[in-house]
Amino acid sequence: MIAATEPNQRPADAKLLVIDAGGQLRPARRVELLDFLRAGDLVIANDAATLPASLSGHHVPTGGEIEVRLAGRRSLSPEDVVCFTAVVFGAGDFHTPTEHRPPPPALAGGDRLALGPLAAVITDVLGHPRLVSLRFEGRPDDIWSGIARHGKPLQYAHVQTPLALWDVWTVIAGRPVAFEPPSASFVLDWRTLAAMRARQIGFATLTHAAGISSTGDEALDARLPFDEPYHIPSATSAAIDRTRAGGGRVVAVGTTVVRALEHAADVCGRVKAGYGIATTRIDEKTRLRVVDVILSGVHEPATSHYQLLRAFTDSETLVRATELMSALDYRTHEFGDSVLIVAQRLRRAEALRHLQRGKG
Amino acid sequence: MHAFSSLRAAVTGGTSGLGLALVRELTRRGAHVAFVARTPERVQQIAREHPHTHGIVGDVARKEDIYPIALQITGELDGLDVLVNNASSLGPTPLRLLADTDCEDFERALAANLLGPFRLTKALLGALSASAREGRGAVVVNVSSDAAINAYPTWGAYGASKAALRHMSAIWNEELAAEGVRFLSLDPGDMDTPLHALAVPDADATTLKQPEQAAVEIADAIEASLPAIAGLSRRSSAASSRAAAEGRAS
Repeated sequence: MIAATEPNQRPADAKLLVIDAGGQLRPARRVELLDFLRAGDLVIANDAATLPASLSGHHVPTGGEIEVRLAGRRSLSPEDVVCFTAVVFGAGDFHTPTEHRPPPPALAGGDRLALGPLAAVITDVLGHPRLVSLRFEGRPDDIWSGIARHGKPLQYAHVQTPLALWDVWTVIAGRPVAFEPPSASFVLDWRTLAAMRARQIGFATLTHAAGISSTGDEALDARLPFDEPYHIPSATSAAIDRTRAGGGRVVAVGTTVVRALEHAADVCGRVKAGYGIATTRIDEKTRLRVVDVILSGVHEPATSHYQLLRAFTDSETLVRATELMSALDYRTHEFGDSVLIVAQRLRRAEALRHLQRGKG
Repeated sequence: MHAFSSLRAAVTGGTSGLGLALVRELTRRGAHVAFVARTPERVQQIAREHPHTHGIVGDVARKEDIYPIALQITGELDGLDVLVNNASSLGPTPLRLLADTDCEDFERALAANLLGPFRLTKALLGALSASAREGRGAVVVNVSSDAAINAYPTWGAYGASKAALRHMSAIWNEELAAEGVRFLSLDPGDMDTPLHALAVPDADATTLKQPEQAAVEIADAIEASLPAIAGLSRRSSAASSRAAAEGRAS
């Protein structure tokens, strides 16, 4: 597979790999996506807008140059823009791969950070020299203004053009609470939403503060994803109930949607509306209660996103999928191609459906 | 209970004239209001005078300012139900015949009156449509003018840009009806505002409408367009029906 290096959310030649409930692989063009969904299905996307979470500046005690990457917050409340979890790098910027970035100066609780118009204090070092909690000074509106004017979208070296917010906001981006874009939703535009409506495919959203996906440090990456606050509107939980009752499938756009829905589900798979904090990891041990199908980006095997896909299909199928996508030059990362995976637990239901359709 | 409590509204050009009157009227009705304007000192002053509002410094005519503005609006208000694109530029002042208008002045009028509202609406459409999906409704008000319809000599840059804004509102309204986002193009009439004074310096202010009156009418039109609020409140004045009808017609 190759890295997608251009910040284009919807390239005309984008590819899709469909993995059905039986583990069959089917390469397709991404413009054909809706052909793999059905009337009565419900597509759920994460409508979080992305914060410009990269803040350059310096560590006041040493004068050392730093880049602070905001990576987590406690809640989605607009006033709760004061305290963040953050990953701190030394000098340099996104042009250098994160694994080659120098460490920051030695950080300690109480250290002051000067980040453009923003001033912050480290409140704690969280068991790793690069991971801290920090508190911004000033009123929430001043902090919002400082982040809006000084922050840049988090960026990795595979894209060399500096990203602007319009590159990373999806068309449905609403509340700015994500640290990295919920990039599986890059596939959506208004025309696609209208086409879904025409085909009686439902559409609903939730808001999930998608966190940082990679730090370049193995020990830190093993702690990902961090806890992520989310909000599920009552309209979305009602739409899930209706979909269930009508025999439709719940299609999650992106790993964050899976994480929020499965966290909010009770043992019977009913999703509670409201606020929550997703603390659980989703992997091959997870028994999915809500989500039947996932639309996701193309992820490399070592990532937490890839681990999450193992909740949908077995490792052997994912290995075959990776091999096929490598052979067909699928592109990875946030501006790359997509995979659509139908959960293996639907195998019997889907087989029955094919049988019935054959008879009809 | 206020009709607009829990309503989240943003107003551009919110430190003078109609914009300021709207900030006050929407706040008076209980809305949570953010306003945008170019001059930091004015923004701070108005925010100080209206402690529950959020002042945002930015110029909607500048492409680079749009996303920082959108980020602060949705961040500080926790989403958005109502956007009022009110900030306007007259074009060259004193007003000039179109043939005497510099291309750069014409471009500036288009940037403020047409491209700015287009860009800001597009950046905020995700938040507005989320509000609509949640059953709260969503409204974009584009402040129009009779100069958008009538060909007044010397009002060329302003009139042409407002005519385009009016038509853009109508197309947005058609395209986004199914998403539940309503667009209103509202003409507040000739008002006693700094913009009008710049255009017609010798106008008799006593013959002009007060911006506070226009703000009441626009707030009524917003109220009539939001299903959740219209259901809650039985206040439906003649003014609101008139304004809403004009919004649909345009």
